Amino acid sequence: MKVLVPVKRVLDYNVKPRVKADGTGVDLANVKMSMNPFDEIAIEEAVRLKEKGAATEVVVVTIGVAKAESDVLLTARAMGADRAILIATDDEVEPLGVAKLLKAVCDEEAPGLVILGKQAIDDDSNQTGQMLAALLGWPQGTFASKVEVSGDRVVVTREVDGGLETVDLKAPAIVTTDLRLNEPRYATLPNIMKAKSKPLAKKTPADYAVDIAPRLATLKVVEPAKRTAGVKVADVDELVGKLKALGVAK
Amino acid sequence: MKTLVWVEHDNAAVKDATLAVVTAASQLGEVHLLVAGSGCKAVADQAAKIEGVGKVHLADDASLSHALAENVAPLIVGLMADHDAVLFPATSNGKNIAPRVAALLDVMQISDILSVEGADTFTRPIYAGNAIATVRTSDKKLVITVRGTAFAKAATSGGSGTVEAVSGAADAGVSKFVSAEIAKSERPELTSAKVIVSGGRALQNSENFHSLIEPLADKLGAAVGASRAAVDAGYVPNDYQVGQTGKIVAPEVYIAIGISGAIQHLAGMKDSKTIIAINKDEDAPIFQVADIGLVGDLFKVVPELTGKL
Ligand SMILES: Cc1cc2nc3c(=O)[nH]c(=O)nc-3n(C[C@H](O)[C@H](O)[C@H](O)COP(=O)(O)OP(=O)(O)OC[C@H]3O[C@@H](n4cnc5c(N)ncnc54)[C@H](O)[C@@H]3O)c2cc1C
Ligand SMILES: Nc1ncnc2c1ncn2[C@@H]1O[C@H](COP(=O)(O)O)[C@@H](O)[C@H]1O
Repeated sequence: MKVLVPVKRVLDYNVKPRVKADGTGVDLANVKMSMNPFDEIAIEEAVRLKEKGAATEVVVVTIGVAKAESDVLLTARAMGADRAILIATDDEVEPLGVAKLLKAVCDEEAPGLVILGKQAIDDDSNQTGQMLAALLGWPQGTFASKVEVSGDRVVVTREVDGGLETVDLKAPAIVTTDLRLNEPRYATLPNIMKAKSKPLAKKTPADYAVDIAPRLATLKVVEPAKRTAGVKVADVDELVGKLKALGVAK
Repeated sequence: MKTLVWVEHDNAAVKDATLAVVTAASQLGEVHLLVAGSGCKAVADQAAKIEGVGKVHLADDASLSHALAENVAPLIVGLMADHDAVLFPATSNGKNIAPRVAALLDVMQISDILSVEGADTFTRPIYAGNAIATVRTSDKKLVITVRGTAFAKAATSGGSGTVEAVSGAADAGVSKFVSAEIAKSERPELTSAKVIVSGGRALQNSENFHSLIEPLADKLGAAVGASRAAVDAGYVPNDYQVGQTGKIVAPEVYIAIGISGAIQHLAGMKDSKTIIAINKDEDAPIFQVADIGLVGDLFKVVPELTGKL
């Protein structure tokens, strides 16, 4: 089966986000951008399925700025994806719009499995995979910590609030990744060089004729209330005293 | 505005997470509930007593027993003909189902709201809570998930809702529940505990985690949490993880032991009332948010602390 992996280019997880002084958003000028960490896990899983013979082809797709071609989409192919699709736009596309574009890509590509990240670490929406599943009428295995594919069955172990849950899905299906699904491999320099010759299709949202007009207007973005460092206690006795004062110890 | 709250439950009792959602919904308008499950009449009766609740829609069907999104979402879409907004707790179940409903309604979901600013305007955290966005929706119907720590819990008594059966539940036939491994614990639940003791990578292994963190938690009647590093290394199960991509907690007292204070961890606990940190590195970032800090080796300090309590 073909596996489609949607990836998003986001502020690198090691960079501390800075709110712009004018309150319009987070400053993304001259900061390191990377692939969303959950999407690296998604690619790794897809590539492993291919290495095991359960997948035939791994296609990655991103919706975002043209620059993604030379960073995240290159990384994705260096990790083992066979080809990439760039749907280039400078506008921010909301999860609903992303899901609609991805549905159009699925209609063309007919994958047996789509593996997405559970959450983009910039908008923290945690929506796109579930929305895509709804638009396609496919089953969903969200927050996956284990994925097993056999024939048209996809068995997904999910990280849920109380522990783990296992569901059995009928392919074609949607999976979203949690942190412990796998440890993504690095894109090595030789593989990055080789990846440059792997196919890349360039598209724009207009090619898909879907409505991606935003529904949400961001009125303002502010920093959260700051916590300030408190006191240091010298020893355990002093800490015990503090716990008593807080009423949590007798 | 008529709102619908999806009730989180285990077919026996209403889960606490629902109560904060009821409070958020009541700030928008009239509150109706949906109890969807299998053999869950008792849950509906219990839910009807929640303060401020009007109608309780009860959908009782074998296909709804495990809250599979494929089966629950169409049912909610049907009920949305008569409601203006649907709200879910931002729990793993809520986050699984809500976007599926939103897409079927052609609505952009508003995730993890922190406050209701108006009938169409909400605040929500982005970038692991390093920024708070105020967003206004132009959608006609609202689909919302609610951060439990941001709203007071509605009282579980005083309500006089009426229970009404809903039909139309069906098995979409594309997914099946296989099994669940749900940890049973005598301890308070992480998301509702007054005190939390959390351990990090510094515990080194599962034995140390259990022999050092748990006795302290027992002394304080606390829930036990962990950093991602501790979970990844297998010291404790996944549902202990506190953070951007784990549980969001805001207890009276949060004690972080051998946790460095990465932004992804802080995202899950920095709204705790009092933060206490024990770390051997006096420059650890956790001390920048801690109200009370103790610089020391946890292997020495924690047993001493447990002994003196
Ligand atoms: C996409 C993404 C999502 C993430 N989500 C989460 C999340 O939800 N929750 C989360 O926690 N993390 C999350 N992380 C991981 C996060 O970035 C950190 O890696 C993690 O929180 C570190 O865990 P730690 O503090 O236990 O370990 P470390 O950073 O290794 O810190 C260990 C600390 O213990 C101290 N120490 C060592 N020995 C002792 C001793 N003997 N006595 C006292 N102190 C000692 C050290 O000084 C150090 O400060 C996420 C990361 C990514 C990329
Ligand atoms: N612009 C985008 N392009 C491609 N994939 C995306 C995009 N936005 C989100 N996704 C996918 O959807 C997942 C969840 O994102 P979100 O719903 O925004 O939290 C991400 O981990 C990606 O796999």
